[in-house]
Amino acid sequence: MGKRSIIPYGPQHPVLPEPIHLDLVVEDERIIEAIPSIGFVHRGLESLITKKDYNAMVYVVERTCGICSFMHGMTYCEGIEQIMNIEVPGRAMYLRTIWGEMSRIHSHLLWLGLLADGYGFESLFYQTWRIREKVLDIFEATTGGRVIFSVNKVGGCIRDMNQDKLNMILRELDDIEKKVKEIQKTFLFDYSVQSRLKGIGILTKEQVHDLSCVGPFARASGLDMDMRYLGKDAYKDLEFHAITSNDGDCYARCEVRVREIFQSIDLIREAIGKIPDGEIDAPVKGLPNGETFMRVEQPRGEAIYYIKTSGKAFVDRLRIRTPTFANLPGLCETLKGANLADVGLLVLSIDPCISCTER
Amino acid sequence: MVDIKNPVESCEVIEAKDLLVKVLEKKKEGLRLSQICAAYTDGKYELSYSFENEENFDFVTLRVYLELEEEIPSVSEILPHAVFYENEMKELYGVNIKMINLDFENKLYRIKTKTPLLPPEERKRIEDARKSIAEAEGGIKEED
Repeated sequence: MGKRSIIPYGPQHPVLPEPIHLDLVVEDERIIEAIPSIGFVHRGLESLITKKDYNAMVYVVERTCGICSFMHGMTYCEGIEQIMNIEVPGRAMYLRTIWGEMSRIHSHLLWLGLLADGYGFESLFYQTWRIREKVLDIFEATTGGRVIFSVNKVGGCIRDMNQDKLNMILRELDDIEKKVKEIQKTFLFDYSVQSRLKGIGILTKEQVHDLSCVGPFARASGLDMDMRYLGKDAYKDLEFHAITSNDGDCYARCEVRVREIFQSIDLIREAIGKIPDGEIDAPVKGLPNGETFMRVEQPRGEAIYYIKTSGKAFVDRLRIRTPTFANLPGLCETLKGANLADVGLLVLSIDPCISCTER
Repeated sequence: MVDIKNPVESCEVIEAKDLLVKVLEKKKEGLRLSQICAAYTDGKYELSYSFENEENFDFVTLRVYLELEEEIPSVSEILPHAVFYENEMKELYGVNIKMINLDFENKLYRIKTKTPLLPPEERKRIEDARKSIAEAEGGIKEED
């Protein structure tokens, strides 16, 4: 048995600009245990419920994350709508689905780029983020923003898309699909990439269940769990089956996310083909009174919003359980027995968003 | 078309003393821990332990109402990954959770303000109450 020592990893480290610290207990270069530590960027967004009314909180929760900001705003609005029994118009639900799936493409491309950078394939990182720029261009053309869109409101959406915009999205998606197919060959079939990802950080389906992991991280271990199955928004009308893999390693996590990009493209196409005409928001009367747990499948996995209200303009309690928060125990488990050189890839493989986690 | 799940969402109010038994039951039923969170309502803590069924997505919440000075056992012996949720509740609300497997000692989020989500007057009240309990038990335990 080698000598045990503790290696501090982070909060500043090469694979991620966001701060997370790990105390790695190692024996030679083999990790025995990993103890995570966060709290470097806690912003106290949840405590702003005492200063912003329930409508203004939409703009606060959007700032939970710079990648899935749209999804955070949407989840919060859907929670309040559920409490107030507001029936959101069909067109607004389709618009939310389209922007939501665009967010998923954006997030997965961002992650794939970081992954490529993580294993030292810089040109692949550039190619991936070049495609991602096109998604951001679509956001800018349809919402006016590239990071924070502010198109959600309680009762529906603030902006609509005319047919020209929808056609533009379809054209751009064709191009994005073509380009993702090209980089897909490298991500999934390149020998050197496979040698860095296959067999690394394996989690079984049982472990994923026991540790309550979520999102593509869990689906890569064979767990068929995706909150889109709840049929909210337009998903009840769309062709959808969650993408899973059974290998449970870093390669499987990459494969699931690559395939989810194509799936999202198909979902957007289908949604654009079926989007109904009509209003994009419903009138909101009264104040929210009640509580809900709102579950939505964000790009990184299931997010749970606990919203508690009592007939006042201010929300009594807002709790955001982000996917990364749920995946931290899974990350610690993958690190056990791993080689020190693989820590960066393993941290990346959960698609961590630390600012989300700390809110 | 998507195979839509229509999950049942339910909430069961339980006593703090029954928490561990109930959590163990949920685990044995094969449910996963979805989240744990605290809220402050009507001068009490409201703790929610939510579990999810991976097949039909049913969502069950165990709810415990707890006096501010009361203590509650940690569920981390049954569900080790609950430590992050429990540390969050302890740091943000000052919930008196005993025997957390991995206790960050109110430093999970490294917030300078003690129990930032609890009203300041309540913070003072629980500090006083816990001090008197400690005195009654024969020794004063000063919190740092």
